[in-house]
Amino acid sequence: MDAHPGFPPALDYLLRLGDNALILGQRLGEWCGHGPVLEQDIALTNVALDLIGQARSWLTYAGELEGQGRDEDQLAFQRDAWDFRNLLLVEQPNGDFAHTIARQFFFDAFHHPLLEQLLHSTDRQVAAIAEKAIKEATYHLRYSSEWMIRLGDGTEESHRRMQTAVDDLWMYTGECCTPDEVDEAAHQSGMGASLTAVRKSWEERVKDILDQATLHRPEDDWMQSGGKQGRHTEHLGYILADMQFLQRAYPGMEW
Amino acid sequence: MKKNWPLWEVFIRSKSGLSHKHVGSLHAADAEMAIENARDVYTRRNEGVSIWVVESRHITASSPTDADSLFDPADDKVYRHPTFYDLPDEVKHI
Repeated sequence: MDAHPGFPPALDYLLRLGDNALILGQRLGEWCGHGPVLEQDIALTNVALDLIGQARSWLTYAGELEGQGRDEDQLAFQRDAWDFRNLLLVEQPNGDFAHTIARQFFFDAFHHPLLEQLLHSTDRQVAAIAEKAIKEATYHLRYSSEWMIRLGDGTEESHRRMQTAVDDLWMYTGECCTPDEVDEAAHQSGMGASLTAVRKSWEERVKDILDQATLHRPEDDWMQSGGKQGRHTEHLGYILADMQFLQRAYPGMEW
Repeated sequence: MKKNWPLWEVFIRSKSGLSHKHVGSLHAADAEMAIENARDVYTRRNEGVSIWVVESRHITASSPTDADSLFDPADDKVYRHPTFYDLPDEVKHI
């Protein structure tokens, strides 16, 4: 049971969508100025900015739906870790470039089919946000797939690092396509996606790209979960400390 | 230098009907990565609708030391410019 009171299902669902984009965007932003080459530095921060833009749309709508007068900024900067609903996968540290790419690929392979489903949401606002986001997600998936293949099927060192990254992150991939009550409720109402369909697409994509990348698919062993319910790894607190510092120190600060 | 990816020249068509224009260069392992890198580096602010990339080593350039013989002879050939016609006022955009 959650120690903390839950959100209504529809709001919870929107927070999941928004928080995935927000936290992964924040993580990728850490690469700014540190990319392996200038071109990739810009590529990663482009993806980061796409995701932050998507987070703004989802959280703005979540705030409207909640009806308590909270806007995107308040939802992003004034919630604590247990109120975040992002997947554990997206809060994992950047590690080396291989870890960043593997994390991105596993997420994109989930995100793209999810948005495809949300295009048909009975909630018109959800469908409209998905329609804008899916063009970006299509490029993200192309980008991360390309790098999985290049590094997996690259040099001995790049292959080794890529396989290590895949192995390290695998236990965080189970959660994305495993529905809980909130996912079920959202799907039943017509607002949300069928995670069964998303899982099928995820499995096919991951198999295809891992094969092309000459990477070994890890066994489905124990999978971590809890991010969607607000039970996070120790990393999220540090991300929030970074991301929320300004609004915590100077509430309502604008510039 | 051998560890660096090859250099590519990037050409962007800013909108349909216009020519591709040289915008700069970047490093990439191959043509496909060069296109993606060009997309990320040079089209972030709606600069283009089409990208060409070509490896820099495939471009042959004229030598600056030949400039005198290549270009100066055109200096005193004003008759090559179509500036000696009287244009009717109705004709615009010429």
